[in-house]
Amino acid sequence: MTGDWLDIGWVEEIPLRGSRTVQVDGGDDIAVFRTGDNRVFALLDRCPHKHGRLSQGIVHGGAVACPLHNWRISLATGEALGEDRGCTPTVPVKVSGGRVLLCRAGTLKAAA
Amino acid sequence: MKHEPIAVPPGDTRDHLIVIGNGMAGCRAVEELLARDPARYRVTIIGAEPLVNYNRIMLSPVLAGEKTFDEIVLNGFDWYADNGITLLSGDPVVAIDRAARTVTSRSGLVLDYDRLLIATGSDPFIIPVPGKDLPGVIGFRDMKDVDHMLAAAERGGSAVVIGGGLLGLEAAHGLSLRGMTVTVLHIMPTLMERQLDEAAGWLLKTALEARGQTILTGADTAEIVGDGRVEAVRLKDGTTIPADLVVMAVGIRPSVALAREAGLDIGRGIRVDDHMVTSDPAILAVGECVEHDGQVYGLVAPLWDMCRALADGLAGRPSGYRPAPTSTKLKVAGLDVFSAGDFSGGDGAEDIVLRDASRGIYKRVVVKEDRIVGAVLYGDTADGNWYFDLLKKGESVGDIRDVLIFGQAFAQGGGQADPRAAVAALSDEAEICGCNGVSKGRVLACIDGGAHSLDAVRSGCKASASCGSCTGIVESLLALRLGGEVEAGPKTLCKCTTFGHDDVRREIVAQAMRSIPEVMQKLHWATPDGCSSCRPALNYYLLCALPGDYIDDQQSRFVNERMHANIQKDGTYSVVPRMWGGLTSPKELRAIADVVEKYNAPMVKVTGGQRLDIFGIRKEDLPAVWADLNAAGMVSGHAYGKSLRTVKTCVGSEWCRFGTQDSTGLGVKIERSTWGSWMPHKFKIAVSGCPRNCAEATIKDFGVVCVDSGYELHVGGNGGIRVRATDLLCKVATEGEALEMCAAFIQLYREEARYLERTAPWIERVGLAYVQSRLLPDAAARAALAGRFFYSQRFSQDDPWAARAAGDAQDIHAPMARFTPVEEMA
Ligand code: SRM
Ligand SMILES: Cc1cc2nc3c(=O)[nH]c(=O)nc-3n(C[C@H](O)[C@H](O)[C@H](O)COP(=O)(O)OP(=O)(O)OC[C@H]3O[C@@H](n4cnc5c(N)ncnc54)[C@H](O)[C@@H]3O)c2cc1C
Ligand code: SF4
Ligand code: FES
Repeated sequence: MTGDWLDIGWVEEIPLRGSRTVQVDGGDDIAVFRTGDNRVFALLDRCPHKHGRLSQGIVHGGAVACPLHNWRISLATGEALGEDRGCTPTVPVKVSGGRVLLCRAGTLKAAA
Repeated sequence: MKHEPIAVPPGDTRDHLIVIGNGMAGCRAVEELLARDPARYRVTIIGAEPLVNYNRIMLSPVLAGEKTFDEIVLNGFDWYADNGITLLSGDPVVAIDRAARTVTSRSGLVLDYDRLLIATGSDPFIIPVPGKDLPGVIGFRDMKDVDHMLAAAERGGSAVVIGGGLLGLEAAHGLSLRGMTVTVLHIMPTLMERQLDEAAGWLLKTALEARGQTILTGADTAEIVGDGRVEAVRLKDGTTIPADLVVMAVGIRPSVALAREAGLDIGRGIRVDDHMVTSDPAILAVGECVEHDGQVYGLVAPLWDMCRALADGLAGRPSGYRPAPTSTKLKVAGLDVFSAGDFSGGDGAEDIVLRDASRGIYKRVVVKEDRIVGAVLYGDTADGNWYFDLLKKGESVGDIRDVLIFGQAFAQGGGQADPRAAVAALSDEAEICGCNGVSKGRVLACIDGGAHSLDAVRSGCKASASCGSCTGIVESLLALRLGGEVEAGPKTLCKCTTFGHDDVRREIVAQAMRSIPEVMQKLHWATPDGCSSCRPALNYYLLCALPGDYIDDQQSRFVNERMHANIQKDGTYSVVPRMWGGLTSPKELRAIADVVEKYNAPMVKVTGGQRLDIFGIRKEDLPAVWADLNAAGMVSGHAYGKSLRTVKTCVGSEWCRFGTQDSTGLGVKIERSTWGSWMPHKFKIAVSGCPRNCAEATIKDFGVVCVDSGYELHVGGNGGIRVRATDLLCKVATEGEALEMCAAFIQLYREEARYLERTAPWIERVGLAYVQSRLLPDAAARAALAGRFFYSQRFSQDDPWAARAAGDAQDIHAPMARFTPVEEMA
């Protein structure tokens, strides 16, 4: 794990319409999501409402519904959707050769 | 004889129009005339009934206690006064002198007319059997008959309704609601045979019987027995049915006596031409008393058309009446029955049928040369208007033939994003309100004219002002026209679909769908993969419809059901192992104690459901915790699921000085037979050993209270914000019966409640009587429900913890990667 990007695994390790977490020692987890149309996003695993684990929510379209009180969070922007207000930090992520790569600086900043 | 008692205003030289009959057609004809030419005639209405103009159709709801007389008045006294109409009520016309152009009333009034309108309606047909004139034998036609029935119901006892058509069944329903023991005698083999086919008639009969009525088909009345007043009805086969009241509802005959005396041309009714003119050009006739082109009528919709043609003629702009097909709905709360057109089949006619036995739905559309010629709907009549519209317009349905039976929303595919597309797609001529003959175009015009609420539309154009069955459509039209300004529209499952919960379930069953994507595809979901509301619901509906065969989607389950533990606010989980009936053992307690220590669980507590809850377990540790609990023989307690939660018990007869039965033992048996099952919502059971009810069985979804002679079974209880005590479902004698009833009740709830609807709101929605009707009278139906429950249990009674403990789905417990910043920096 060197360079600007952290290689965290194969994209298939994240279920479609699901998520996995990346543990950051000394900080909050990062939740990595894969949508039904096979796009990958990463967010801090912490709901802007009351810190629910977004990785445990239901992924639909480009959003995730938080498991604690059902806020919907946009995976692309981290913004709460609909009536709710709040934002979760996003982490730049890309898929290359089937591997999921997380931006190192972004991860550190988000998890700090 | 008195002559012309009515003061004619001096200088009023207008022609005098006399209307005989203050009923539905007579007054509507006058309304239509006033709308065209308010000043043309001086109008007098003479009515036999001592009442103002009311909605005869609504006598059934008055009898059933759903409406009062005041609520069914169509035109009150002020209407007559405001329009300068003279009303002579309670004084029937007894003679017409055509040569002198006068009518004579029973009280002796003689009035001159220039034009005469006969609108005397029909008389109930009284079958000519001995005893037909006994006091206590009545028809069902006017307010006097309803008063008579209400007085009889007040005294209680038995009523026999002769005639299983629309009228008879509405009378029977009302009398039964009013507390009488009701028997319906019908001479034909199936009910409402003129409107329904055999299958629908049978469903109807079954439903009515479940509501406690006795229905005898093929029953031929021989005699009405009684000494001075009715006591019984005897059938030709000798059966005798006791009766304190007999209602004859076998049919109607046009009321033509007066016209016949006057020498008008009479067939079955008073013969009229297309402009409602009789054989005497000065005399018109309208309503059920007429015969047009060989036809007589018994429903209001064609009468409204006649009234329009008549008014056009009287106002000097003749248009002409054209008969149109008619449709029928039965006005019995909770029974949806619709029929239209011709469904007798015949040459070249093709049937398209959809049956859903478990939900009591039957639909049949008859198509001839690609055109709908008839439709019968039972159980779900939402698409009645659409079929009827297609039928009347004679439009080709060749393109949508394959999907026609699934209804408009489905057949018209596109436009799914708009939940009101169905109503939007109706043509302007489509009849919205059958009771008052109001088309979609007229409703829209009324809304455009400023009627921006349901009430305003009701008073503006009368749509939805009578039986109310079109209220949903009118609300949709309001919403369509006014956008966000009106609250309404049919309740859909979520915003991803135009279908409601029940529609989706019906389609899943009808088309044997197996997976969520399939449902979304076939039902035209508006979003690519649904939302957090519909996905869990669909997953449940699929598993309920095809246990063992459907494809479960873990990503569509709420986190607790995916993790088989309850998520806590800090992201850890709580673990509740099952303790059958609340019993435990040293071995289990030791295992729990060990888990608490080994995984540093910060808290363990006794729950309100008589279990032990271990808090603060990290998701990574869950499989290991489960392995340890499994080793001591414990399985998942499903404290996290929309599923059977706990069966609480009390000590019962084994120890307690008051106990009547082995409540603990029965509780364990019930939990053994029901654990693991998935439900629309969580489901709780309790068994108390005596009516002191220490296990609080009467606030559970299913509760058993043991008594000396057996087991009282209670349903629909709920704690929570709004506490609801249970209703008593029934009492049974043995444990075996209690277990079967429990399984059957659960299955009925599983199959019919909407996702996230607990038993309490479900029962309040469908009614305890309905639940009883599905579970109590028919042992075979009950056994079938229980059978389906046990079948589905074959697939759900394996411990989900065991598989995880053995290494299944490790991914969802472990992180995908770990990142240690310091190390990285180095
Ligand atoms: C653990 C327990 C409290 C306790 O420590 O005693 C409990 C805990 C919770 N209850 Fe409860 N209820 C517990 C017994 C009850 C009872 C008593 C009973 O079951 O006899 C009731 C009233 C009876 C009833 O259900 O009608 C009860 C009525 C509720 C309700 C209101 C239900 C309703 O339909 O209105 C909720 C809210 C809900 O489900 O939406 C609820 C929801 C919850 C949830 C699941 C809230 C949540 O979504 O996180 C709590 C989960 C805590 C956890 O993580 O474990 N809990 N809850 C009890 C677990 C019993 C068990 O052994 O399984
Ligand atoms: C209980 C019930 C439920 C019904 N449900 C439905 C339904 O759901 N849908 C539907 O389409 N139709 C229904 N109908 C039928 C509908 O009510 C009739 O089609 C409609 O009322 C006929 O209108 P009419 O004006 O021809 O007759 P009526 O409404 O009967 O009016 C005739 C009036 O003339 C009066 N009259 C008779 N002779 C004389 C005389 N010599 N002098 C003065 N007045 C006289 C009568 O007293 C009566 O008031 C129902 C009928 C009943 C009884
Ligand atoms: S409910 Fe009755 S039998 Fe059960 S413990 Fe209480 S008193 Fe005893
Ligand atoms: S913590 Fe996410 S919605 Fe409340």
